[in-house]
Amino acid sequence: MSITEWFKAKNKYIPVEKSGTRLNIPDGIWSKCAACNEIIFQKEVVRNFKVCPKCNHHFKLTAEERVNLLLDDGSFVEFNGGMISNDPLDFEISKSYRVSLNQAQEISGLKEAIVTGEGKIDDRLIIFGVMDFRFIGGSMGSVVGEKVTRAIEKALEENLPLVLVCSSGGARMQEGMFSLMQMAKTSAAIARFKQKKNPYISILTNPTTGGVSASFATLADLIIAEPEALIGFAGPRVIEQTIKQKLPKGFQSAELMLKHGMIDLIVHRKDLKNTLSKLLNFLY
Amino acid sequence: MARYVLDFEKPIFELQRKLDLLKKVSPLEKTDLTAEIEDLEHKIEKLKVRIYSHLSPWEKVQVSRHPDRPKTLDYINNIFTDFIEIHGDKLFRDDLSIIGGFGFLNDVKVMIVGHQKGKNAKENILYNFGSPHPEGIRKALRLMKLAEKFSLPVISFIDTAGAYPGIEAEERGQALAIASNLMEMSALKVPIIVSNIGEGGSGGALALGLGDKIFMLENSYYSVISPEGCASILLKSENGDSSKAKAEASTALKLTADELLERGLIDGIIREPLGGAHHNPSEVFVELKQALVSSLLELKKLSTNKLLEKRYNRYRKMGVFIES
Ligand SMILES: [Zn+2]
Repeated sequence: MSITEWFKAKNKYIPVEKSGTRLNIPDGIWSKCAACNEIIFQKEVVRNFKVCPKCNHHFKLTAEERVNLLLDDGSFVEFNGGMISNDPLDFEISKSYRVSLNQAQEISGLKEAIVTGEGKIDDRLIIFGVMDFRFIGGSMGSVVGEKVTRAIEKALEENLPLVLVCSSGGARMQEGMFSLMQMAKTSAAIARFKQKKNPYISILTNPTTGGVSASFATLADLIIAEPEALIGFAGPRVIEQTIKQKLPKGFQSAELMLKHGMIDLIVHRKDLKNTLSKLLNFLY
Repeated sequence: MARYVLDFEKPIFELQRKLDLLKKVSPLEKTDLTAEIEDLEHKIEKLKVRIYSHLSPWEKVQVSRHPDRPKTLDYINNIFTDFIEIHGDKLFRDDLSIIGGFGFLNDVKVMIVGHQKGKNAKENILYNFGSPHPEGIRKALRLMKLAEKFSLPVISFIDTAGAYPGIEAEERGQALAIASNLMEMSALKVPIIVSNIGEGGSGGALALGLGDKIFMLENSYYSVISPEGCASILLKSENGDSSKAKAEASTALKLTADELLERGLIDGIIREPLGGAHHNPSEVFVELKQALVSSLLELKKLSTNKLLEKRYNRYRKMGVFIES
């Protein structure tokens, strides 16, 4: 069974017109890990939740893989699956935004950079959202902001826990100020959510930066990060240009953020569902 | 005369130099140069109107960054009275890229916060070019929470290229600092009036920019990313550095006050004198003060609940999408 088929077999609820399971490891039985350069057996990588068995590098997961990893089989029901961007600025530089959107939809099989809905973790109903980095770098425009806000409002309304899995380069520049305002919108929704005692846990995966890290992603009651995930506000390239020197290795890693007290815990992907379940049990 | 001349202003300054020369030699010449001088003065005025009244988005960005442009402290000194500066975030240090404190707007006690930029190299080092570290963002929040406790409206001034992208800023939680401001400001129980007086650079600007009334000066800009950043990402290195690329990005981002007012993202525009606020600052102080006073009157009529509900709905409806 191929990796694609394996995930397809598990997937039941996300409508995917076209297979979007593009691993950032090459196809074939054997491949080379991009992180440690070791030759790895692909089936073993898949069994290991797309984590390199040699060096523990966590490869990016697609939204559907993440649903399958974290939610009880068959429990996920998507919200607002048809919502799409309307290119509010008629944005075009070198390539039109509409073309970028079409390409992203084709590559990912998704309508936008986030999938939201409800599902169960060990039989506990939660509101869930997961970003997909393949969709224009998981960037937040109007649709991501709106879907996140609706998820927050739904969790508040129904008195349910909220879990958001983040993976984003930041605000989507092709929607200009509308994107920046999604930071305000989602943060305002979180402020309301926090007036009640429903837990919000965010999971920061590689990478989580910019407008997403500077809004809802870091406003959770608990912030979990995956090992070695790049977490920060400014991207490493921007920082290097500003300070005019190379950044030290591991800078902006989850481990460094943990050391500086900016996140609550780092959890290996294989333990993620179990840890979430246990934490929710304390909070809810 | 401004000492810092932007590219597109050069024709004006060249004529101005000629005029100055003519005026200098005029008393020494036998022939009467009055007519020539008047003619040149007239030409300059016409040229000013031609150049300054149709600034492109990228030209406005350049005006917004002009070193002679009035900075937050100038607005504080010219709009408010009895300003008492308050320092520090009470956690790490006093970040001077953010200025704040108490003041009177006519007879109303208010809390003022803003990004502070310098007008020369020395000042800019002190103020870190108006780009805050997390402690600056937190300093602003501390002052706003203080204002909430003592029922003082918040008057905020935006003028930053962005939150500082550096190692220590990341280590001390720049992202969390910005996010916290957004969350807290959305529920702050006093009116917040925001004026963008120059640069509105992304998250670092928004961290002081969530409020009930948002004004922009005519030549200020507000954007999710700098034109330079946008150009270098989308046009890659080959021509992302050229001023043509920056101009293209400035236009595409729809970052001017007019564009944002048209899209309902801001509430009003404060007009500037020809050439920009630095050509006649007092005119701008007067107009902005009027806008602040009348906005405050309007907002003070609302109950706290109504104020917060309106603020929530303002941001809640921002966004453009299609649902099928
Ligand atoms: Zn490896």
